[in-house]
Amino acid sequence: MTKRQCSRWAACVAAVSLLLAACSGGGGGDNQSQSTQGTGADQFKGVDVTVLTFTGPQIAEPLQRRAPDFNQRTGANIKVVTVPFADLYDKILTDLATGTNSYDAFVFDPQWMGDFVPPGYLEDITDRVKADQAMKWDDIAPFFRDFSASYKGRTYTIPLDGDFQMVYYRSDVLQRDGLKPPATWDDYLAIAKRYNGKDLNDDGKADYGSCIAKKRAAQSYWMSWSVAGSYLQAEGTSQGAFFDVNTMKPLVNNQAFATALDVYKQTTNYAPKDELNLDVGDTRGLFTSGRCALSADWGDIGTLAIDPKTSTVKDKVGTVIMPGSKKVLDRASGQLVDCDATRCPHAIDGVNHAPFAAFGGWSGAINAAVDQKVKDAAYAFMSFMSAPEQSNVDVTLGKTGFNPYRTSQFEDTDLWVKAGMSKEGADNYLGAIRESLQSPNMILDLRVPKSAQYQGVVLDTAVAQFLAGELTRDQAIQQIEQGWEKITDEEGRDDQKAAYTDSLNIQR
Amino acid sequence: MDAARVAGGRGRPVAAGEAARARSQASLGASFAVRAAFIWPALLAILFVSIYPLLASLYISLSHLKLVRGGFEFRFVGLDNFRELLVGGEQGNFLGVLGPLGPVGWAVMAAGVALLGWGLVRAWRGGASVAGMVFRVLGAVLAAGTLWLAARTLLAAGGRPGTAMVTLVYVLVGITAQFLLGLGLAYLLTQGLPGQRLFRVVFLLPMMITPVGVAYMFRMLTDTGKGPLQPLWAAVGLSDFSWVNSPWGARVAVMVGDIWQWTPFMFIILLAALEAQDTDTVEAGMVDGANRWQIFRHISLPAILPVCATVVLIRLIEAFKIIDLPNILTNGGPGTATESLSLHAYFRWRTLDLGQSAAVAYSLLFIVTVAALAYVNLVRRRIAEE
Repeated sequence: MTKRQCSRWAACVAAVSLLLAACSGGGGGDNQSQSTQGTGADQFKGVDVTVLTFTGPQIAEPLQRRAPDFNQRTGANIKVVTVPFADLYDKILTDLATGTNSYDAFVFDPQWMGDFVPPGYLEDITDRVKADQAMKWDDIAPFFRDFSASYKGRTYTIPLDGDFQMVYYRSDVLQRDGLKPPATWDDYLAIAKRYNGKDLNDDGKADYGSCIAKKRAAQSYWMSWSVAGSYLQAEGTSQGAFFDVNTMKPLVNNQAFATALDVYKQTTNYAPKDELNLDVGDTRGLFTSGRCALSADWGDIGTLAIDPKTSTVKDKVGTVIMPGSKKVLDRASGQLVDCDATRCPHAIDGVNHAPFAAFGGWSGAINAAVDQKVKDAAYAFMSFMSAPEQSNVDVTLGKTGFNPYRTSQFEDTDLWVKAGMSKEGADNYLGAIRESLQSPNMILDLRVPKSAQYQGVVLDTAVAQFLAGELTRDQAIQQIEQGWEKITDEEGRDDQKAAYTDSLNIQR
Repeated sequence: MDAARVAGGRGRPVAAGEAARARSQASLGASFAVRAAFIWPALLAILFVSIYPLLASLYISLSHLKLVRGGFEFRFVGLDNFRELLVGGEQGNFLGVLGPLGPVGWAVMAAGVALLGWGLVRAWRGGASVAGMVFRVLGAVLAAGTLWLAARTLLAAGGRPGTAMVTLVYVLVGITAQFLLGLGLAYLLTQGLPGQRLFRVVFLLPMMITPVGVAYMFRMLTDTGKGPLQPLWAAVGLSDFSWVNSPWGARVAVMVGDIWQWTPFMFIILLAALEAQDTDTVEAGMVDGANRWQIFRHISLPAILPVCATVVLIRLIEAFKIIDLPNILTNGGPGTATESLSLHAYFRWRTLDLGQSAAVAYSLLFIVTVAALAYVNLVRRRIAEE
């Protein structure tokens, strides 16, 4: 070897050893930090908790904002990692399934528990929740405790957000013309038609009758089921609105779903031209800038509408339970039949309402595979975020994306008046929330293995193609039915049926 | 290498015979070992990062993923995923919906088939080998199949292109426009106009922006209702029109964004080629009284043709992978109108339908390979030979 080669080798060896030293140094630091213990303000000193959620600003904002406060109280370092919503499901699942475990806790869609809980990825927190006084578990509305947070009777998540869809209307405009808020989808279409093309915010430009997020691969498939819900389900939550609980046959190839698809498509006639490319961010912006007479959405519009920075419709927004139908599906014949006392036991004034708990509310869960100390700190953080001291403030702020889910939040109007709502507006908003949440006919979102494929791919694609005119209504129905049956058969019909009935067997 | 040289050197002075042969074999062995020691790390790295994923994804494309307690399992399902794409429930999404051929479709088909047949006859008369002819016939059959699919999905009433055809449209239209624009801009900048240096940088800017940024920018620009160009759209009477509601409007928006972003790549390489050409021939042409067009057509263009062929090949391979623009602009909508093959695979992968996703990805690999091979054989080799 020449001298020059010698020195090259030496340089290489030095570089490699430096690299190794750097790597092992990092690892050593972690070990050291995790072994430090303490109590109170030092309780989790040096413990790092990586929380994965979606790129907000909603949902991530309150977590990031309150992390330093939590750090001062307990010493734990909360690092919030965000990914786009569309990537969250597979990001979590691949991380857990491959044993990478780069994340210690998740704030996610509890609907996915059907995929996450059976393989044992999530920590069972039933006992922790029972022992936790500060979080005031009993204050959380029963629907969220029993459905959102639980799987087969065990608790796996802590609710941070209450999710179900409602309809928003311009109360000033409807009042002026002596109109009632929509009770049925026919009413909805009539109101949308009446105001489409009229100037609703005095800027001299024509505005829209209805704004619904219909963008593909966004929220459109939930919206479609919010419309379909009241045609499909009448006998209460446990009847199910996605599959026949006896055969696991999809409830799509029938007159009820066909009618719902027609209604959903008709709303597009009274909407912005590019509605097929709007997600909820866009429709919320349009509604709060006074450009829409009606919108269907989660609870967010209520709080966004009182934000003086962005809203021009403060105190001009009414909220109402999802419109319903006077005809419901007869499951034996597949036809729509008139409501009566036996068919629609929960009808209000002869109208069957079925508010859809779409998504189910952002919830915190803990990775079962991480160190005990990290689990403790992660649990403490989720509990802290959900405790009334924090969450009763967060749910009144539009930017958090958190909607009410605790009884104290429905009952205490003062919270909302303090946040900027008028007393009347708060009563109206909380009234619609209470009416939806207390409806025994609430629709549980689909929570079986591969729910993301059923809804996010098959349903979403068919609905998008139907709206864009690529498929006729009947073709769309067939495509959904075949796609769903294929997934059910691949996963095992009996397994899927068991998971579906498990998710519906809730004592409320 | 040093060790090999030393070992070889020692063997040389020894006289011929058994011992010498044995020793020379030993030295060959030693030299082989040394070579292997140097080559294997690189080979292993390639095997690990390139070959293994390729084989693993091939296996995934033949299987179905199921989550089970403690992890996941792959169940082998044979060619089910591919069957699903070609003749099953995914056919409408992948290949498209086939409509009946109209007069235009028949005319295009007839012209295409005649052209392919003529090419084959010419090759046979030109003395192509039997193996060469077999490949040519295979290529012609694939080309005719593609043409048939294009005619039945793009030109037929009631037809609708699937992700494979939409991707092909993106590639063909995009590359043609990028090449012509890039060549035009590069030619302009060799004409000694004022501000050349500035424009050289300005023309390059789109390539520096991340594709996601470009996609968001075009989403704002194409928004006729509230985007920054709204007054412009209103002035030309398009304020009530939405690009993204019409399938071709949305596809055009995607293609315009892609062309805007990638023309600079063509531009910079063609500019380098134009600037590097031999000035003597150009000057000789000028002395002989050739005009600008004649100089460009007969001197500059032939000089840069090999570079043109290469840069088109690079873009060809790259363009098939388009995903950012349709994903951000429309999420593949309206319906599935703007969905490319990569986006198709991504949508399946996102819900952990890994088998289907890998099958789409493998189909893409097949299409890219065939397209690139055909291009190399038909165009590039010919230009290089000239």
